[in-house]
Amino acid sequence: MSTRDKIIYALALAAMVLLTRNIYLIARLPGELQQGAIFKIIFFHVPVAATAMFASVFSLAASVLFLITKNFKYDALAVASTEVGLAFLAANLVTGSIWARVIWGVWWAWDVRLTSALVCWLLYAGYLILRQAIEEPTQRATFAAIFSIFAFIDVPIVYLSIRLFRTQHPGPVFFTSQGSFPHDWSMILMWNMFAMMMLAAVLTLVRLREEDAQREIDSLRRMAHAF
Amino acid sequence: MSAVEVEGVWKFYGDFPALRDVRLEAGAGSCLALIGRNGAGKTTLLRIMAGFSRPGRGQVRIFGSPPRETSTRRRMGFIGHGIAVYDELSALENLTLFGRLYGLPDPRRSALEWLERTGLARVRDGLVREFSRGMRQRLAVARAFLHDPGVLLLDEPFTALDDRAIAVLQRLLAEALAAGKTIVMSTHQLREALELASHVALLNRGQVAFHGPRTPEMAADPGLVYARYGEGG
Amino acid sequence: MNFARLVFIVAAKDLRAELRTKEAVNAALAFALVILLLFSFAFDPSAETTRDIAGGLLWIVFAFAGVLVLNRSFARELANDCLDALIAAPVPAAALFLGKVLANYFLVLAVELVSLPVFGVFYNVPWTSRFWQLMLVVALGTWGLAVIGTVFSALTVNIRLREVMLPLLIYPIMIPALMGAMQLTSDLVVGKPIGPENVAWLKMLAGFDVIYTAVSLLLVETVLVG
Repeated sequence: MSTRDKIIYALALAAMVLLTRNIYLIARLPGELQQGAIFKIIFFHVPVAATAMFASVFSLAASVLFLITKNFKYDALAVASTEVGLAFLAANLVTGSIWARVIWGVWWAWDVRLTSALVCWLLYAGYLILRQAIEEPTQRATFAAIFSIFAFIDVPIVYLSIRLFRTQHPGPVFFTSQGSFPHDWSMILMWNMFAMMMLAAVLTLVRLREEDAQREIDSLRRMAHAF
Repeated sequence: MSAVEVEGVWKFYGDFPALRDVRLEAGAGSCLALIGRNGAGKTTLLRIMAGFSRPGRGQVRIFGSPPRETSTRRRMGFIGHGIAVYDELSALENLTLFGRLYGLPDPRRSALEWLERTGLARVRDGLVREFSRGMRQRLAVARAFLHDPGVLLLDEPFTALDDRAIAVLQRLLAEALAAGKTIVMSTHQLREALELASHVALLNRGQVAFHGPRTPEMAADPGLVYARYGEGG
Repeated sequence: MNFARLVFIVAAKDLRAELRTKEAVNAALAFALVILLLFSFAFDPSAETTRDIAGGLLWIVFAFAGVLVLNRSFARELANDCLDALIAAPVPAAALFLGKVLANYFLVLAVELVSLPVFGVFYNVPWTSRFWQLMLVVALGTWGLAVIGTVFSALTVNIRLREVMLPLLIYPIMIPALMGAMQLTSDLVVGKPIGPENVAWLKMLAGFDVIYTAVSLLLVETVLVG
C-alpha cells in the first residue's frame, strides 16, 4: 500500500471516530426550547455548508493555478474538490429541506441561504456537465477552469441579490436563534465542522486517485489508437 | 535567423505526447514539405507554428518572434482544412474584410487584385455559399495571400483541389518562393509538393525522422523518403 | 490598427452575415412570440396578479429568445473554420470578443424591441409610460446577457450538445442580473418609476455588467487560444 493510500485510510479512520463521537454527543443534548429535537440538524447543516464553501475556494484556487501552470494535477484537484463540494452542498440542501418540513410544514422555502445554495449547486453541476461534454483533456481543463472563475465570482453576487430580493419580499428565515447558543454547543459544532472537513479531504483524495488513473488510461488509449 | 524556427517543441494531449522534441527550421525563400502518415502530428505542428495552440514545451519563432505577436501575425498566412471564408458574404466582401483586419492601406483594391489573380473576378459579388468547391478553394488561397505574408503555412493545401485550383496554387506558390517568401507545407500529395519543395521533413509518431534538402531522386520517386526513414507509406 | 476600429469591423461583419440570412433573429423572434403566447395560457393576462409578474415574464422571454441568437455567435465561425482565420489575423482577442458582443447586443436588442409592443398588447400593460427608464433597464440587462452569452458561446463552440449546454451554463450565472432586470421591469411596465427602493437593483445590474465585462476581457485570450 502506497503512502498516499495509508494517509487516506488513516484520515478516514480518524474522521469516522470523530463523527461517531460527535453524533453520540449530539444525540445526548436536550432538545431546543422552541424547535425540539430537529434543531440538532444544525450541527450538520452548518458544517456541510462551510465545508462546501471551502471546497469551492479550493476549486477556484486549483483552477487559477492550472491556467497559470498548465499542470494537470491542479485540474484534477479542481474537479475532485468541485465534486465533493457538490455532494456536501446537496447535503446542505437536504438538511435544510428536512428542517423546513418539520418546522414550517413545507419541503422548500425560498429563504436567502437555501436559494443561494441551490444556485451554487446548479453552478457546480454545470461545471461538471461542461467537463463531461469536452473530449480533449487540455481543452476540458482550460474551459472548465474558466467557467469555474465565472461561477465563483457569481456566488457573492447571487447571495447579495437574493438578500436584496428577500428584504423586499420577506419570507421565512431560518436559524434565527443563533444568539442563544451555549458555549459547549458551539464546541460540538466546531468539532463536527472539523469532522466534515476531514471527510471532505478523504473523499477528495480518493477522487484524485481515481482521476490520476483515468488520465493514465486516456493516454494509453490514445497511444494505442494512434499507432 | 531563419524565417521559421521550431525549437524542442513537445505537445501533449493529456499525458499523450503528440509531438516529441521537434526541431526544424526553414530559411527565407525555402519551401519545406512536411510529410508523414495520418496521425504523425503534421497538422498539430502546423497549428502550433501558426499560433493556434501553444506547445507544452519548447517554442516556435517566426522571424525571430513568437507567432502570437500582432506584428508577426501580420506577416503570416495560413490555409487549414477549412476554407476560412464566410458563406454568407460575397467573395469581395470576404477579402475586403480580411484586408481591413490585416490593416492593408487599400483593402478593396487588394481584394480586387487577388480576385483577379485567382480567377474569381467574374464572381466577386457572388455569395460564397453558392460557389463550387474549386472556387471556394481558390478564394481560400486568395485570403491567405492577400496581405502578402512573408511566411505561408499550408496544411494539406492540394487535398481535394480541382485541376484549375491546383494550377493556380502552384503558380502562386512558385511566385512567392521566387519573391523570397518562406513556405511550410504539410502534404499527402507528394508529387505536387516535392516539385516545389527545397527541403523535406518526415514526421513519424510525433518525431522528426528526417530533415534535409530535397534531392532530385526524391522528386523522381516520392515514396523514397518514407521507404528509407519511415515505417511504411 | 486602432482597437475601436477593429471592434467595429468585427461587429459589422457579424451583423452583415446575420442580417443577410436572418436565420437566428427570425427564429428568436418567433420563439419569443410563442413563449408569450404560452405564458398567456399559464397566467391569465387580464388578472391583476399577472400584471405584478409581467416584468418577470418579459425577461424570461428575452433570456430564452436571446440564447438562440447567442448560440449562433461562435457557431457561425465554425462552419468553414473561420475562427482560425480570425484568430490568425492581427486582431487582439479582446477586440474580436468585443466586436462579437456588440453584434450580439444589437441583434438581441432588436428581438426585444419587437417583442415589447407585442407584450404590451397581449398583457395590456402601459409599457411606454416609463419608456426611457425601461430602455435603460433593457440596455443594461441585455448587455449582461450579451457578454456572458458571447463568452460561453466561445466556451461551448465545439463541444457536444452545444445548444443545450449554452443555456444550462448561462442562466445560473445570469440569475442576479435577471433578478434585477425583472424587479425593475415589473415596476416600469405598470408605470411605477425607479425609486429609492429600486435603485439598488439598478446599481447591481450595472455592477454585474462591469465586473463580467472586465473578467471576460481578461480571460478571452485563454479561451480562444488556450
